[in-house]
Amino acid sequence: MHELSITQNILSIVIKHAKKAQAQRVTGINLVVGELTGFVDDSIQFYFDMLSPGSMAEGARLNIERIPARVRCRACAREFAPQGMNWACPQCAAIGGEVLSGREFSVKSIEVE
Amino acid sequence: MRDMGKTTQVPVVQGILSANDEIALQNQALLRQHRILTVNLMASPGAGKTSLILRSIEALRTRLRIGVVEGDIASSVDADRVAAGGTAVVQINTGGQCHLDAPMVRRALATLPLPELDVIIIENVGNLICPVDFHLGEDLNVMIASVPEGDDKPYKYPGIFTAVDAIVINKVDLLPYLRFDMQALRKLVLGMNPDVRVFAVSCESGAGIEEWTQWLEQQATTKRQA
Repeated sequence: MHELSITQNILSIVIKHAKKAQAQRVTGINLVVGELTGFVDDSIQFYFDMLSPGSMAEGARLNIERIPARVRCRACAREFAPQGMNWACPQCAAIGGEVLSGREFSVKSIEVE
Repeated sequence: MRDMGKTTQVPVVQGILSANDEIALQNQALLRQHRILTVNLMASPGAGKTSLILRSIEALRTRLRIGVVEGDIASSVDADRVAAGGTAVVQINTGGQCHLDAPMVRRALATLPLPELDVIIIENVGNLICPVDFHLGEDLNVMIASVPEGDDKPYKYPGIFTAVDAIVINKVDLLPYLRFDMQALRKLVLGMNPDVRVFAVSCESGAGIEEWTQWLEQQATTKRQA
């Protein structure tokens, strides 16, 4: 998995914004991670604990908000939550459609002192 | 914000992969300018990525000028196989990284003769998980799933099966010797990704290659006229 380089990206985004806010240190990091992405919470946490010491984000709490998948049916436009491999619309049984959410992967906000 | 001990919330809202995505867009613009169809080819190790590239070059030799970007963790054995036929090829060694990213592809594109190419096939690192999250600037995402890997692959790697435009089932010459339900696989894949094209081929015998290369040629023609 590539959580190492991902976590480096997270850390550099966090530090850039913390410096811009003229903060002394970062106490919390709020991430949003869509259900359809392949990112593993524990793994991000593991690398964060490894990479953050000595930086202004050392000891910061990592909050990961998981965003469930939502799809708009291609046939009847009903919005539904796909269940694992089952992407069939509960209303008309058509398969798949536009993914409305679930692919998010971003730093939403940080808490600084 | 300078008050010591007082916690402040700072909104960020920045995509963690935004740096990669931006460079992918630049790659895409460059390739569009040259009207080159770009294919990101993904598969697990040993599924037949290099073999499919060689077969495609062979079949389309007189009709399309194909360049290749070879991504590997180390070594240049795959690039050497492709270059042996006189194809423009550039090797990227990721040095351990499990996927290609847009900056690597940008460097590779700088060394390819873009005005002389119709198609670029990027052979990603053998891996079914990580490459999916990193856009390179490609037009098409294609994966190879080979018969010996089993027909239950989509259960284990749903991410890639829902993200691709085409799936090439390779090594169908082995079907008589292995338990592999092609219909079940097709049904499963189309249930998650109804627009995906599925090709059944054997790079060994050449079966099914023509259907695949016809589709690829069609895509290149569309791109050229765009």
